[in-house]
Amino acid sequence: MNLVNNVLILVVFINFFMLSSSRLVPCIRAVSLQGALLALLPLLTHGFTAHTVVLSCGALALKGIIIPRLLLRTIEQVGIRRELEPIIGYVPTTALGAVLTSASFLFANQLPLLPEHVDTLFIPVSLSTLSSGLLLLMTRKKAITQVLGYLVLENGIYIFGILLLEAMPTLVEAGVLLDLLVGIFVMGIVMHQIHRTYSDLGTEQLSALKE
Amino acid sequence: MLINALIHTLVVLLLSPLLIGIIIRVKSRFAGRRGAPLVQPWRDIWRLLRKDLVISHTTSWVFFVGPVLGVIVPVLAFLFVPLGAFPAAISFEGDFILWLYLFALARFATAAAALDTGSSFEGMGAAREVTYASLAEPVLFFCLLVIARLSGSLSFNGMFGADIAGMWPTAGVSLLLVALCWMLVLLLENARIPFDDPTTHLELTMIHEVMVLDHSGPLLGLVHWGAAMKLMVSGALLVRVILPFSTGHPGFDIALFALGMILLAALIGVVESVMARFKLPRIPQIMVGAILFAFFAWILVLR
Repeated sequence: MNLVNNVLILVVFINFFMLSSSRLVPCIRAVSLQGALLALLPLLTHGFTAHTVVLSCGALALKGIIIPRLLLRTIEQVGIRRELEPIIGYVPTTALGAVLTSASFLFANQLPLLPEHVDTLFIPVSLSTLSSGLLLLMTRKKAITQVLGYLVLENGIYIFGILLLEAMPTLVEAGVLLDLLVGIFVMGIVMHQIHRTYSDLGTEQLSALKE
Repeated sequence: MLINALIHTLVVLLLSPLLIGIIIRVKSRFAGRRGAPLVQPWRDIWRLLRKDLVISHTTSWVFFVGPVLGVIVPVLAFLFVPLGAFPAAISFEGDFILWLYLFALARFATAAAALDTGSSFEGMGAAREVTYASLAEPVLFFCLLVIARLSGSLSFNGMFGADIAGMWPTAGVSLLLVALCWMLVLLLENARIPFDDPTTHLELTMIHEVMVLDHSGPLLGLVHWGAAMKLMVSGALLVRVILPFSTGHPGFDIALFALGMILLAALIGVVESVMARFKLPRIPQIMVGAILFAFFAWILVLR
């Protein structure tokens, strides 16, 4: 259990890094590392069975390798390196992230959990990853950082799902991964469209409607 | 008790310049030079103490209080600090708050002495020093709260006592964060390189050094001596967290502590050699990050 908790704490550090960094390439690498760490979790918590191995490999391939690759290729093509003006600055977002993280730790303590889940950090880390992803989605302007925020959000849902691995059929797990892929596709298309129309990846121009 | 206090006082008064000597030696080795002898800091302090004093007409007694408190406070503060597993000379519940605010007192005196000269550079330095110190204080408090929570004690003797080795397996992540944050504060508070450069010659880039520009002769010697002692006092607790072993024999405990302090000084030398200074606007960002990490470490042990 101690190893699992340390992996989960690393996941929280990656959240903080994502919130505080303005450079896109390190952010994408951080998301890929987070995905790889999450891929370890089913094996560490439920042992080596066919189900967990398939799930881990799937998570590693999708979250750790394929999606980060796609994102890296995308930013190579459109040629952006930095998120320049977030709606809320980096220090305030990181502070907000820390507040939300501590709130999720305190909140998770109040929940009536199963006795085998009380000592683990799954619930608080899942909630804090969810809220970090939401923060990223809300405070960044570039569509690519919003995709990253969406990925972090999905990672939070995935951490939550690991607790339900035995109760939840494979179909639902696959649904989570598929859902993620669809999200990437949609965002990729949107990004492409924004880029073609405005030759810029800012979403703020989308809200300026023409009569 | 009296012997103990005597040992603490002598150690901090006489051995602290060695740390500066080691840092300088490591830095010169990195630069490919032989480096000054290890006794050079003592020679420098002794040379300065024998010199004449030049005092500006605009200053008052406040100007003298800064360097004097800068020497007295570390000696007093060191009495509260356990030398490795060797217990502190003075200990009571809540002594860590007094310890922290002793340093705040010294900082206030240094800043007041800097403002007393009426120099605009020194006023700027005082403003910077106090700003960064206000960001370092929450980090220190959260770090100490983590250890107080883990040990269930509110005095340094209890917090950094025998059971600190037993905390590592259960709360290793928190202690690692505490050590990291403490190292950052140590570098900031002692004006070491990623935050401040003790050897810089341009007033506009100085933080700590600019406050002592008007001090000369014996007063400057006291300032240097006080800085060396402050490094020792703030490093002692970090060494205890990183090397939490106790041998059971007071002599070996002190030897282990001395070894830890030497390694810490060497580590600071390495950090100073391989890193460049941060830009000034980066420093508050980094300290806010340290506050958040220390806060997170505290949240982790609260559960």
